[in-house]
This record gives sequence, C-alpha cells and structure tokens, in this order.
Amino acid sequence: MTTATPYRSPLRAGRDGFGQLLHAEWTKFRTVRGWVIGMIVAILVTAGLGLLAAKASANPSCTTQTSSGQQGPVQHGAACGGPTFPLGPNGVPVKDEFYFVRQPLVGNGSITVRVTALTGTAPGPGGQFVLPPWSKAGIIIKDGTSQGSAYAAMMATGGNGVRMQWNYTGDTAGLPGVVSAASPRFLRLSRDGDTITGYDSADGAHWTRVGTVALAGLQSTVQAGLFVASPNYTVYSASLGSGSESSSGTRSTAVFDDVSRTGTWPASAWTGGYVGGGGLEGGPGNDGYHQAAGQFTVTGSGDIAPLITGALGDGPNITIRDYLIGTFAGLIAVAVVATMFMTSEYRRGLIRTTLAASPHRGRVLAAKAIVIGSAAFVVGLAAAAGAVIGGKEVARGTPVFPEPWPTELRIIVGTAALVAVAAVLTLAVATIVRRSATAILIVIVILVIPDVLSFPPGLPTGVTDWLLRVTPAAALALQQPAPQYHQVQANYIPSSGYYPLGPWTGFAVLCAWTVLALAAAVYLLRRRDA
Amino acid sequence: MSLPGAGLTEAGLSRARYGSQTLHAEWTKLRTLASTGWLLLAAAGLTVGLSAVADAAASCPAGGCQADPAKLSLAGVQAGQAVVAVIAVLAVSGEYSTGMIRITLTAMPRRLTVLTAKAALIAGLVLAASAVAVLACLLAGRLILPGHGFTAAHRYPPLSLGDGPVLRAACGSVLYLALIALLSLGVATAVREAAVAIGLVLGLLYLFPVVASVAANPHWQRHLEQIGPMTAGLDIQATTGLSSLPLTPWQGLGVLAAWAAGALLAGALVLRWRDA
Repeated sequence: MTTATPYRSPLRAGRDGFGQLLHAEWTKFRTVRGWVIGMIVAILVTAGLGLLAAKASANPSCTTQTSSGQQGPVQHGAACGGPTFPLGPNGVPVKDEFYFVRQPLVGNGSITVRVTALTGTAPGPGGQFVLPPWSKAGIIIKDGTSQGSAYAAMMATGGNGVRMQWNYTGDTAGLPGVVSAASPRFLRLSRDGDTITGYDSADGAHWTRVGTVALAGLQSTVQAGLFVASPNYTVYSASLGSGSESSSGTRSTAVFDDVSRTGTWPASAWTGGYVGGGGLEGGPGNDGYHQAAGQFTVTGSGDIAPLITGALGDGPNITIRDYLIGTFAGLIAVAVVATMFMTSEYRRGLIRTTLAASPHRGRVLAAKAIVIGSAAFVVGLAAAAGAVIGGKEVARGTPVFPEPWPTELRIIVGTAALVAVAAVLTLAVATIVRRSATAILIVIVILVIPDVLSFPPGLPTGVTDWLLRVTPAAALALQQPAPQYHQVQANYIPSSGYYPLGPWTGFAVLCAWTVLALAAAVYLLRRRDA
Repeated sequence: MSLPGAGLTEAGLSRARYGSQTLHAEWTKLRTLASTGWLLLAAAGLTVGLSAVADAAASCPAGGCQADPAKLSLAGVQAGQAVVAVIAVLAVSGEYSTGMIRITLTAMPRRLTVLTAKAALIAGLVLAASAVAVLACLLAGRLILPGHGFTAAHRYPPLSLGDGPVLRAACGSVLYLALIALLSLGVATAVREAAVAIGLVLGLLYLFPVVASVAANPHWQRHLEQIGPMTAGLDIQATTGLSSLPLTPWQGLGVLAAWAAGALLAGALVLRWRDA
C-alpha cells in the first residue's frame, strides 16, 4: 500500500504580514480613478471656496479701521497693508484707549489710592443708564503713553470686583463687590525693577497681595497715575443665526482720594489726557478730570484689552479661519470617498475576496483606516495650506486679524488632522451600516451640519452651541483663530469663530467618537457574515 | 423592423395607459422598500424636532427683538431637507447599485416617462410628509413661543394659518422640500452613485449660506444669497423684514425651482443618452 502524500504547491508561500495588507489596501485605493478624483476635488473645493471667501471679504476701496475707530479710505499699497491697530507686547492686537491722569515715575516707587465711587453713563436698552461690567477705574504703571506699550494696573470694575490686569491679556481677581462711598477700595501698585506688585485693601490698613508680574524691558522712567476706561455696552438676544445685538459707547466716572506716592516723582503737577487720542463723541457728560482738596474725579471711555474678532469686536472682521470656510465641502468629498472605500467592497462582493485573503478582519479594517486616514491627512494639509496661502494673497491689502505662527500652524495642521480622523470615522460608520447612502447621511448630519447651521439663517446660538459640544463637529474648534477672553464682553458665537470647546478638547470629542465607531465596526465585522 | 418593446407599446397601450402603468410600477418599487417609510418619518421627525428645539432656545427680551416667529418655528426644515434629499437620491441610485435599472428600462423603454413617474411620486410623497411636518412645526411654535417672550405684548400674535404671511411661509416650506427632492432626484439621475449624489446635493445646499456669511463685502454677500438654492429658497419662510431680503419670497422659491429644473434636465439628458 502506498500512502498519499498531500499536495504541496511548488510556489513559495506569500507573506501575510500587516505590510502586505497595507499595500493591498493602498493598491485598491489608488487604482480607483473616481476616488483619486474625489480627493483632488476635496482639495480644489476647499481651497477654491477659501479664495472665493477671501475675494468676497476683500474691500474694494480698501477701507481700513484706524486705531481710533474712525473709518477712512486709504490708498492701495503699503499704507493699506500694514496693521492699523496697535499690537501688545506679546504680539496680540489690542485696544488701548483710556483717560489717564499721570506723572512720570523715575526708578522704583509706588502709588496708593482710595476709590470711593464708580458710575456709568451709558444709555442701555429702554433708555436707562447702566454701568458696563468691565468699566475700569484705578491706578496704572505704563511704559510710556504710546498705544500697545507694556503696563500693569490695579482697578475697580463695574461688575467684576477688584482686578489686577497687565499687558492686555493678563487678569487676576482681587476683592469682590461693587465700589461705593460706604465700601471703598484701596489699591496699591509698587514697582521694583521690571517687577510690579498689586495690592488691594478694604480699609487701608490690612493689605492683600493680588499679583506680581514682570514687564520685560520696562524703562527706568514710566508713566504712572489714575485711569478710567469704559468699553461699549452690548445687548444680545438669542435668535436665528448670529442673533440680534445692539451696542453703544459708554462713559464712566470714578472718584479717587487719599493719593499717596513713594519714590521719585519729578513733575510738580498731574497731566490729564487720552492715551490713543480716543474719547467718546457726544453723549451725556464730558471726559476729563477735576482735582479739588485731594479728591480726583476722572471721567473716560475706551478700553485696555485684547481685540476681539468678529462682527462686534473692535478688531478686523477677517481671520484666516475665513479662508478655511470650504472645509465643510472638502469634508463632504473626503467622506464620500471614505464611504465608498468600504461600501463598494460590499456592493461588488470584493469583501469576500478581501477576507479570504486576510482572515484577520480587525487587521483589514486597521489597514483600511491607515490608508484612508493618511490620504485624507495629506489632502487636508494641501487644502488648508492652499486656502490660507492663496487667501492671504487674494486679500492682500485688507486688514486681517494677525495670528502668532503657532496658532496659524495649529489651524492648518489641525484642519488636516480633522479631515484625517473624519475619514476614519466615516470608514467605521460605513463598515457598520454597509450602505453608502446611509453612511454618508449619518456622517454629514453629525460632522458637517452642526457647524453649517451655526451660520445664518441657521439655528439659535443655544442649539448650535450644544451641538458643537457633543457631536464630532466639535473638532472644528481646531480652526478657532483667537482665544476667548472672559474680561472682554463680546458676542462669542461659533459663526464668529468662537467655539464652545477649546481646540484640542473639541478634537478629542471627534477622536472619542471615532474610537467608539471603530470598536463597533470591528465587533460587527467579526460577528456578521460578509 | 421595430423593437419588440416599442411595437408592444404602440400596438397595445395608449400613451396615457402606458404612463399610468409606469407610475404604478414605480409606486410598487417605492412602496415595498422599507427604507422609504422610515426615511419619510425621519425627515418629518427631524424637521419638527429641531424646530421645537429652536423655538425653545429663542428668547425675546422685554426690550424687543427682530426675530421672525414663523421662520423660527420652521427652522428644522434646514436639517430635514438633508433626509428629503436622501429619499430622492435613493429612489434612483438604488436602481443602479442593484442593477435593477436594466430591468426597469427593459420593461419601460421610454426613459423620460420613467423619470417623470419617479419625480411625480417622490414629489407627492415629500409633499404629503412635509405638509404634516410643517403643520406640526407651526403647532409647536404656537405652543412654545409665547413662553419665550413672543407674546401679543411684544407685537407677536400667536402663529396662525389665517395670517397671510404665515400661510405663505407654511405652504412655501412644503413646496421648498418638494423642490429639494426634485433637485436631488435630478442630481442622482445624473451621477448615479448614492454617496456622490448626496455629497453633491448637500454641498450645493450648504455652500452658499456658509460662504455668504464670511463675505464682508455686502455686495458679494447679497449676490451669493440670491443665487444659492437654500438661501434663496428659504426666503419663502420670511414673514418680517421682507424689504431687507435679497429677493422677494416667491422669487426666492423661483430660484430654487430653477435649480431643480436644471438638475432634472441634466438628469434627463444623461438618462436619455448614456447606457444604463
């Protein structure tokens, strides 16, 4: 009897590592002409819409906002291109307008005052007078009187208690409560080299240190004294889209006494005047100061704060995020390709061949996710970089909110990461539902529509705010061009570029959804028949 | 020699009878798909639900507001239209993905009659579903809005179909959704693939409001809002501030109708001249 030897193929067995799987999926992706075209379309629509937005925002007469808030036509060319708003010491655009009663201080020294009253004269809704919550009255040490110079200040505010603020973005809380004759506030600033320390007190005897800040490169002679600033008072009502709002200029008056100083103060008298040449035109009351029997009454308007982008901010309306407005269209195109990358396997029956060749189903999905995610990252990066660079070129001459380079890098690379993770999420959803129409609908509804509906006509801000927290669309916060400042009252809404979650928190929401969807996809791919 | 199908039509069936049989065949296909019913329900549900949420999130403070209560209570149409688009796309792309289209066109060789029958049925179904949804939206607005400051004291009478502009907003929203369905049907017939068609339609709808909102130049903004199918079409929902609209309400709906007609024409040409 002969024993039958089992058949062995003379061919060497092929390797079945993860590298081969990746290579197979990459081959599938790159050889379908429609998908490659879809990815190119994603780049073109994102960048194209960005250029369209830049063109539509570019002001034909190149009217620039001057730092004092007046609109005036400016000639094309160099005068039109440069920033016309002051930049603070840390490079952010700032508003620096306030009434300043000052004297030079040479070397180290300190100033102490008592604030006994702070009243506002802004006609609010219905005609009543209001005190803006961020009207400011107090003492300030400033590196000269030019706009945007370094400073540190102790102040009483209309609705936020005593604060120490410095260099426009810094803010620390001191004593709470409203200033009145019955409960005055004592404020002190003392300078030691580059370091300024702020103190407050309710009785002038027991002092609390509020904060110590270093102002790099502070000159030996600084300007120090009393100041009053009073920002615009704005009322919002929630409605469709951006909602409606009304804004009016305000003027605040503060009463100071018990002014005492240490150190070298060479001038013999106080000088009053506006920093930034501002001041409110018209309206009740007059700006200025009045000194009698050691008591100072100071009236002023304006603000010492970072500029806010968007329709109601004082800064330029246009940010580089506007050039990335086409992201939603690029996301749709990438999502269509990512959907078909999976659903066409089912439609053509190719999935049976794929799973016969590589029985580890989880690894097949991982390879697909890596291929589509990497391709989408490259597409997103090219689209975002093209939109931003092209948009800047088209809008040359229009004032654009300046971005520090780390923010610009975060916006561009973040957009690429957002597109990449969104493609993986789409792949997972397509694996779960298998049908391309259902998959693309789900992805568009959870990823694109929440953001689109934050633009007018759209939904009320309360609804989109909530949607942009819980849906994967939260990741669009990666495109937020400027931080939100609690010490500046403004209409912080998604359509102006202020998202309810921070950039990386929002991205984490998208990643969490993607991990959940991938887990469900792997489970279902293993359990169900292909 | 004539084709067997054509001979049968000419010999056995009048034009009207052929048309009604095509309609019947298309109706059977739509009716027996489970997804049609679910998607219609989803479209109506999303429209009503989101409108109610918008009502609840709005506020009209004592100082007065410029909100448009009819538009507010119909805000869900902006999301419901996505599902309506999917219903229309699936009616066509489902045939291509399964190969059913070859049987359909063998049985009914007059391709434009098939497209017309599909368009009539989809439009009819969407009209019926959105009429129910719009009525529910208005009812929700009537119940919810007075609790958020939209009272007679603030010059907002309760929403009523007896009010001319509100009636126009309601009927117009129903027509709007039907036109969105026809637009999607045309696009789907032209591109055939479901995912591509849905992506194209939704991209086209949402593109104009998004780009218009960042256009700082008012001239550009107005033009973008005039030509966009969604921005122009939704003008029909406005009941206040008509003079500041870029188009009158019916002109706006006309722009959307032109988009839908263009898409149907493109679809008809592709269907007529390209192999299925």
